[in-house]
Amino acid sequence: MPSTSMPVIKSRPITIAPEIPISKTLKFWEGLKQGKVYATKCKGCGKLYFPPSADCPECLLTELEWVELSNEAEVETFTHVVIRPTTFQQYKPYTVAIGKLKEGVKVLAWLTGFKLSEIKVGMKVKLVAKVTPEGNPTYEFVPP
Amino acid sequence: MRKVAVIGVGNSKFGVRNDVTISELAFEAVKPSLEDAGIGAKDVEFVALGSVGAGAWYEELLPAVVTSEYCGLTRAGLVRCEAACASGSAAFFTAYAAIASGHADIAMALGAEKMREIDTPTSMEWIGRAGYYFWEFHNFGLTFPAYYALYANAHMAKYGTTEEDLALVAVKNHKYGAMNPIAQLKNRITVDDVLASMVIASPLKLYDCCPMTDGAASIVLASEEKVKELKVDTPVWVAGIGYSSGTANLSKRPDFVGLEASVLASQRAYKAAGITPSQVDFAEVHDCFTIAEILAYEDIGLCAKGEGAKLIREGQTEIGGRIPVNMDGGLKSKGHPIGTTGCSMIYELTRQLREEAVEKTRQVPLKNYVGLAHNVGGTGHYCYVTILKR
Repeated sequence: MPSTSMPVIKSRPITIAPEIPISKTLKFWEGLKQGKVYATKCKGCGKLYFPPSADCPECLLTELEWVELSNEAEVETFTHVVIRPTTFQQYKPYTVAIGKLKEGVKVLAWLTGFKLSEIKVGMKVKLVAKVTPEGNPTYEFVPP
Repeated sequence: MRKVAVIGVGNSKFGVRNDVTISELAFEAVKPSLEDAGIGAKDVEFVALGSVGAGAWYEELLPAVVTSEYCGLTRAGLVRCEAACASGSAAFFTAYAAIASGHADIAMALGAEKMREIDTPTSMEWIGRAGYYFWEFHNFGLTFPAYYALYANAHMAKYGTTEEDLALVAVKNHKYGAMNPIAQLKNRITVDDVLASMVIASPLKLYDCCPMTDGAASIVLASEEKVKELKVDTPVWVAGIGYSSGTANLSKRPDFVGLEASVLASQRAYKAAGITPSQVDFAEVHDCFTIAEILAYEDIGLCAKGEGAKLIREGQTEIGGRIPVNMDGGLKSKGHPIGTTGCSMIYELTRQLREEAVEKTRQVPLKNYVGLAHNVGGTGHYCYVTILKR
């Protein structure tokens, strides 16, 4: 709690951890474990979705197909996060980038393998799938 | 639609307010707004509350209900509005619409937020989730400074904006905040102070960021008929409101050098008010981070795209410049109780337009008697632009 010279009463604590459904994006999360990053593509209008969407708000179709993304990306912007949230305290400061893939969709993810001073808007990076040491499937940008 | 005027305003002292609950804090704003309007709490027919942290960073889940009871507003129509950091403006729009539509003759827009009852890392956690939790926070731990830092680096790369330019925004807003008795940070700072402060999310440093704030603001609105009946001396009229939104995922935005929601909301507001940006005497813009003020200059048409840094370098947004911006210290120095900010901007516009009670050193010169408030929610997830005219 914040230090305060004022008299206070501590509220009853509450711990919450919602269980987030992934039925409709399961192929994406399974794909990450196999080293693949998938997007979805609308069979009607051809629009490509990343993050993968199970539904197409453009033409209202609900049956989209899975397509594997290339790994070639260009950095549009980035930041190095020094002051971190509670659930990221165990990590060292990390760099986040938004990269544009050659297919046109953009991806926001951690960027690793560079010194901060080397990172520039416009540089080429590679998008890779990975599983964290804690066992969570994720994806990140690395040197090409 | 009926004409609607602001007839009463109140604003609590901003800061770390561990001396009061959310209800007691709201009362500090409601009381002066009712006295200013010359009405009682029972005269208010509809109340819209802007507040974001209910049940998260402060304990009450239904703050509209508890603050209304405490302030004697029970039995009015009641709703809580959520538009992240633009919740106060969403509440103002809701109260405005209740009157413009003919549903009510007197309505209140209330902003009340308590952000300092929990520790800072937990605040960073909650606010970092205010984007698309599942896709941009869960695996990547974005924080709010980090979202705006993404815009800062892109703007710097494209237009040559520098960290010194960003610092100038903080220096200006602290200068005017120091003259504002309700402000949280009243210390004057220099460019060197900003550049030497600790990095939060590069390139943004501590003094590029607004503080986390407890605070409340209350606005009483009335129909034209009610303004006449109450013989209000200086009604300040709502000339136009514009609104828009942006994608939840930043990765779905077309670029990172401006907020599309701000562009669209401001264009709609100018059209509704029947004016151009050059007719605005002064503005309150959403400077949650220094880069946000530079983006706002460009997005709402105070200068051309890419020229925001030039505007601050030339001192055009100070008193004596082309258009004074954030003469109350802005979010940066006055503080940013996120659900309250939109109402606090209206409080400042109203006092400036009335030319009354504003500390004389920061009173803006008025030619057209038009002021504008630009309030962004999230990282351009929501935007409301409100234009008032005396």
